[in-house]
Parts: sequence; structure tokens; C-alpha cells
Amino acid sequence: MTRPHPVLRATVLALGYAFLYIPILCLMAFSFNDSSMMTSWTGFSLKWYVELFNDQALLSAARLSLLIAALTATAAVAIGTWAGYVLARMGRFRGFALYIGMVSAPLVMPEVVLGISLLLMFVEISQLFGWPSGNGIFTIWVGHVTLCMAYVAVIIQSRIRELDRSLEEAALDLGATPLKVFFVITLPLILPALMAAWLLAFTLSLDDVVIASFLSGPGYTTLPLEVFSRVRLGLKPEINALATLFMLTVGIFVVVANRMQWRKGQA
Amino acid sequence: MKKILSSGLPGRRWLSIGPPFLWLALFLLLPFLLVLKISFAELKFGIPPYTPLAELKDQTVTLALSLRGYALLFTDSLYIATYLNSVKMAAVTTLCCALIGYPMAYYIARSHPSVRNLLLLGVILPFWTSLLLRVYAWVGILRNDGLLNNLLQWLGLISEPLEIYRTDLAVYIGLVYAYLPFFVLPLYATLVKLDIRLLEAAYDLGARPWRAFFSVTLPLSMPGVIAGAMLVFIPSVGEYVIPEMLGGANTLMMGRVMWTEFFNNADWPMAAAVTCVMVMMLLVPLVIFQYNQIRQLEQQRGKTQ
Repeated sequence: MTRPHPVLRATVLALGYAFLYIPILCLMAFSFNDSSMMTSWTGFSLKWYVELFNDQALLSAARLSLLIAALTATAAVAIGTWAGYVLARMGRFRGFALYIGMVSAPLVMPEVVLGISLLLMFVEISQLFGWPSGNGIFTIWVGHVTLCMAYVAVIIQSRIRELDRSLEEAALDLGATPLKVFFVITLPLILPALMAAWLLAFTLSLDDVVIASFLSGPGYTTLPLEVFSRVRLGLKPEINALATLFMLTVGIFVVVANRMQWRKGQA
Repeated sequence: MKKILSSGLPGRRWLSIGPPFLWLALFLLLPFLLVLKISFAELKFGIPPYTPLAELKDQTVTLALSLRGYALLFTDSLYIATYLNSVKMAAVTTLCCALIGYPMAYYIARSHPSVRNLLLLGVILPFWTSLLLRVYAWVGILRNDGLLNNLLQWLGLISEPLEIYRTDLAVYIGLVYAYLPFFVLPLYATLVKLDIRLLEAAYDLGARPWRAFFSVTLPLSMPGVIAGAMLVFIPSVGEYVIPEMLGGANTLMMGRVMWTEFFNNADWPMAAAVTCVMVMMLLVPLVIFQYNQIRQLEQQRGKTQ
């Protein structure tokens, strides 16, 4: 009686997943199309992939983006884990509401708000101190870390909350300092969550258009900025090829990581 | 025991709470206060392109608060139409996400655990891939000579292509598509924890399925619905990329107007004022979201301790 209706369930899920996946599949299929129009199929071809790998502007933008994403993910995991641990374990302290408010604000705040406010601050700071002299990797990094640490904090705090507290308490009873307990007991236990958070921060940084638009300077065009400037006016088949490669890489990564975690949960 | 874990020494406590707090104060709170300040400045030529609020001249401090930006924002009908339209578009998007996302989250949560993991992965996966590229995928589908129109014409359902690309409808499709996972995931998290025995009790007491849904499942899943709705509504109001790629020239949205003021007109005080009004409008949903987060946090904490 409490089981959902099987036909209704199958229909709802089929429609929902079709909506989520048909656009992606179309995009991938047309990256192999011979014609530059994404309107009709004229024949199989890999020429857009060849073009992609000869496109110096896209390649150097990709290198810059990968660098920023790696720097962002590492810093965001460090600060975000710290914030997540505070939220999960530190109890209520004065300013707790402000703390949780600030940590979760970047999750929902429109990115244009984050972008413009950080840019205005960097302009003021460079007026006062003459530094940073121009926008570039550092300013984009600050913006991305602020955005990504919120996601990291949410993932980590829910993971820490699932942990069995008795392990940490036992270590404390045996005389370990709280710091040691964190590094020897807590950190290894949340390692899979840390890796997931690192990857999420990495992909968020790799995908951001809005914050980077405000915080990048001349000569620092990230991959999404380059892609956005090309596609805002219409279809560009080499971007289809790029999207296919990007989505396949991320897809395989996420599926493999998920399978590994799931099997571990089964064992 | 709990005390030692959660408090340590008083001085140490601030040291352990402080650093993330400091980062956020420096790169989130302070910048926003600066936006607030600049929204009261006057436009001028130079670097930076706005006047200082307070000036020390001849041993007197003159404080100049310009209300030009706000005066324009609250009287110009185009700006007012933009706010109303942004809120309307975000609200409709949220409603659509709820109508599509609730049944999805419900059926995923009620699936067999082995299938459930796979279904959940299906919702998470788009969330991991690039939003920009996923929105771009719709351009090829919705254009007048795009896949959807070709399909419909081939089926003989329409003779003239439908005008969807570069209209509000395309923006709605893009917004719902991009934000659907943000609704499904938090809702799924609450639905999967729902105690099935409560539903069984409702059925045993003679409730029909719909009655059981509206008086047991829906009220208990409200925190997930609120979290999901806010995660969709708040960012949608300020969305820039989706209306820019799929919308027409007359698709009015705040994120876009702010962008134009800043990059095209180089009017920083005006852009700052638009930003402040946007945040003010989002204050109520933001508070609901935060309150909901804190309440969920405390409930979980109550359970684990």
C-alpha cells in the first residue's frame, strides 16, 4: 500500500531524466557532425576536434583555468573544511548565526553580487596600498575560493556529523590533544569527502564565468570567459567538441568515484 | 567529555574558529559594505570612477551622500519593470522546478537502494558538468533552424518554425534546466530520511494515498522544499549567463542590467546601487534560507547527541 505506483514512477523519472540529458546528448552527437551548422546531420567527422587542438587561444585559456582551479580547490578545501568542522563540532558560540550566514551566503548569492563587490574592494585596496597592481590570477583565486569554500563547508560538515564520535573521544581520553585528534582520527575518516569536495571546488572554478569576468584583467582570459565570448552570439562547433570532451571526462570521473564509494559502502 | 571537545581553552577557541571567519569577513562582508558605500557616490571621470563620500578639506569634513542612483532606480519605469520581471521569472522558475523536481525526488527516495544510488548519480552528474556548456546546448535545440523545430516540422506538427530562441520562454527553459538539480538534491536528502512507518500508520488509519501525501509526506519534507526553493529562487533573480545566452534584447533581468551599467556604461555607482537593491530584495528569502539551514542543523545535532 505504501509502495509508489510503478507506472507513474517510471513515467516521471523517464521524463525528468530525458529533460536533464537530451540536451547534453544532442550537443555531443553534433560535435561529430561534418557541417558547421548544428541543424542537420551531414556526415561523421572529427574535424572540430582537430580544430580544437589547434586553437591556441582556447588551449592557453584552458591552461590558465586549470591552474586557477587547482589553486582554488586546494585553498577552498583547507578553509572550507575548517569552517565545516567549526559548524559541525564547535557548538553554539556567540556570532554563530552570523558565521553560518556568511559560510552559506555564497551558495545562494547571485554571482554578480560576489563579483562586483570583490572587484570594488580590490580597486579600493590598490588605491590605498598600490597593491594588487592589476587583476589576474590572484584576484580570480580569491573570488573562487570564497565561492567554493561554502560548498566545501557544507559537504564536510554533513560528513563530520555522520562520524562516530566515540573514536575522537577515545583518543582524547588517551591523552591526545584536540589538534592531534583532528589530524590523526578525524581527517583520515573524512578523506573521501575531502577528495569529493576538492573535485567539486575544482569544477566550480573551472566553470565560472561571472566572477572571473569581474576579477580578471587583460591577458588573463580563463577558459569559460573565452568560451562565453564565442558562444554568446551563437553556435560554435569547436565548442561542441570541447563540451563533449569536458563532460565525458567529468562524467567518467564522477561515475568511477561513485562506484568505488558505493562498493566500499556495500563491503 | 563533550565540553573538552567543543570548547578547549577560551583563547584557543577563538583561534580555532577565527581563520575561516576572518576570510569571510575580509572577502565577503567588507566588500559588500564597500558596494553599499559606492552606491551613494557620484559618478566622476578618473580612477576610481566615483567620488569619495567624505572629504577632508580646510579642516572640515564634508560628507556627500548621493542618492542619484537610488532616485533613478525607484522612479525609472524601466528599472522597476526589471525588478518585477526578475522576481516573476525567478518565481515561475522555482514553481516549475518544484513541479518537476518534487515527483523526481520523491520517486528516487522511494526506490530500491541499489537503483537509488544510480538515479541520484543521474541528478548529481549535470551538477558537476559545466553550466555554461549545458545552457549552450539549448541554443542548438531552440533556434528557429534548430533541432526542436526541425523535429516538429518533420513530424508535421507545425509548418512555421516556433520562435523560442531569444525569447522569455527560452530563458525559462534554461533556468529550470540549470537549477533543477539544486531543487532535487536537498529535497531528496529530507525525503530519504522520512520514516516510512509514519506513512504506514496513516494508511492503517484509513487515509487515501493523496491524503497521506498531503498530511504526512509533504509537511515533513517542507525543510527540503524550502532549501531547494531558495537555492533556485535567489540565484535566479540575479542570473546573468542564461538570459544573456537564451534571452532576447527585451528580456529584462537585474543581473543583466547591473552588468550593462558596470561594463558597458562604466557607471560604477549605478551598478553598486542596482546590486544593493537586488540584495535588499533578496533579504527576506535569504533570511528564510538561513533560518531553515540553522534549524535543520540543530535538529541533526539534537539527533546525534
